[in-house]
Amino acid sequence: MNSYIVNVGTLIIIQAIAAYGLNIIVGNAGQISLGHAAFVGIGAYSAAMLTTAAELSFWPSLVISVLIVGVIGLLCGLPSLRVREDFLAITTIGINFIVVAVFQYTPFFGGALGIGGIPRATIFGTVLKDNGFFALCLAALVIVMILCRLFTRSWTGLSCFAIREDETAASSMGVSPVRAKLIAFVLGTMAAGLAGVLYSHFMRFINADSFSFTFSVTLLSIVVAGGLGTFWGPLLGAVILGILPEVFRPLVDYRMFLYAAILLLMIRFMPGGLLGGSTMLSVKNLMKKNRGGAK
Amino acid sequence: MLLEAKDLRVSYGDIEAVHGISFGIDSGELVSIIGANGAGKTTTLRALMGLQPMKGGSVIFEGRDITGLPAHKRAALGIRMVQERARCFPQLTVYENLQMGVYGMRSKLAAQLDGIYELFPILKERSKQFATTLSGGEQQQLAIARALVSEPRLLLVDEVSMGLMPKLTEQVFEVLHRLNEERGITILLVEQNALASLKISKRGYVLETGDIKISGTQQELITDPRVREAYLGG
Repeated sequence: MNSYIVNVGTLIIIQAIAAYGLNIIVGNAGQISLGHAAFVGIGAYSAAMLTTAAELSFWPSLVISVLIVGVIGLLCGLPSLRVREDFLAITTIGINFIVVAVFQYTPFFGGALGIGGIPRATIFGTVLKDNGFFALCLAALVIVMILCRLFTRSWTGLSCFAIREDETAASSMGVSPVRAKLIAFVLGTMAAGLAGVLYSHFMRFINADSFSFTFSVTLLSIVVAGGLGTFWGPLLGAVILGILPEVFRPLVDYRMFLYAAILLLMIRFMPGGLLGGSTMLSVKNLMKKNRGGAK
Repeated sequence: MLLEAKDLRVSYGDIEAVHGISFGIDSGELVSIIGANGAGKTTTLRALMGLQPMKGGSVIFEGRDITGLPAHKRAALGIRMVQERARCFPQLTVYENLQMGVYGMRSKLAAQLDGIYELFPILKERSKQFATTLSGGEQQQLAIARALVSEPRLLLVDEVSMGLMPKLTEQVFEVLHRLNEERGITILLVEQNALASLKISKRGYVLETGDIKISGTQQELITDPRVREAYLGG
């Protein structure tokens, strides 16, 4: 495969993994998060530091990084999830800015220079480059998707849906809202952390700018465009929003403008996203139509 | 007493909506709280479920003080609530809504499902549909079914007749009556539709602007001239 395509493909997959995490928080549990990039960043920085300064190898660093992000997600979620909607949006934006500032201004994290010299990922002693790394990311995406599927079919997943639909009704049915939201938040941030780890070993140089608020907005656009709370939505969204800027390279300066426009148009005309309940593309709708035709 | 409320006080900001009322319900009873709009009926029920913080007083359930427990812990003790306007989970299927009713008691649904579908055959037909596609009456049935699958020790029912056509209201009251008579489920009914709810109740309380003004057995209330004049149309 052409290495340009492999690079774009790898980035799309990494974004899709982060988007699946965000989909659990926003789509399944209904808690808006505008700071998801912060957790991608924490994953990326953990992996970078563990494999450079601490000289750990790829796999242990991956596990430890994802766990670190989970713990930080839990600590951020505890106070944040007590507020709702617009307040939660603002709080999560705040988390994003704080995390970026910490990376940017702390010499321990390399400051403005970032961290370089991150080694490539390895598997059984084999160094993973281009196609190999692409395959690794793809495998990670498939695992994340399977876990998401299992989650949505579990009792905890169902309780998250119930919280999204009606928090009061859910709590009078024995669901602890705090617990359900926290589980969703921690799982979502761990997926973001995994994306961050992969990003670190893909770019092999990171700095705080890559995980700014803008990236959070991109991730939210991906999830909204694909279809909040749907199974294929984050992947579809990541593919479309990943390919568009490549196709429209000359418009690169207007990328954020384009995302904002897509986001607004989607919310106005297709609030469920491309794969959401009431749209043409919805698989369920198509099946229903076919069934109708068969009669 | 299965449930006892002592000197229950609830306020919204500075405005006290319920001024220290006391009442109780015995195991196996069907009791009504009737009253006009704004009397504090729903507030009282929400306080019993733990959805509304109380300003004072206490709630005793099976001899245990549950005043400080949050709603989901009270649900685990066997208190269930059918909320005003059903409050089904719109984007979940009928079956998933019923599943939510037995949250935390995984084995119960299979055992209860046949009985529930017998009681509400329409829910079986619609089990794979999203709750939002159901009519108002069907949603109300789903809400009752969702509360029943857990075999609650106490069922709190809020304004079940609201927004239902008269014929359906009758059916729903009939179902509640049967649940109480045949299955011995304890029910606390909060209603504006005084006559319909008193007809199936053993006892009742009349709530007026946050105070219990009259209480008594079904017969006493139905024949009480004040109740007749204010709630039963003379």
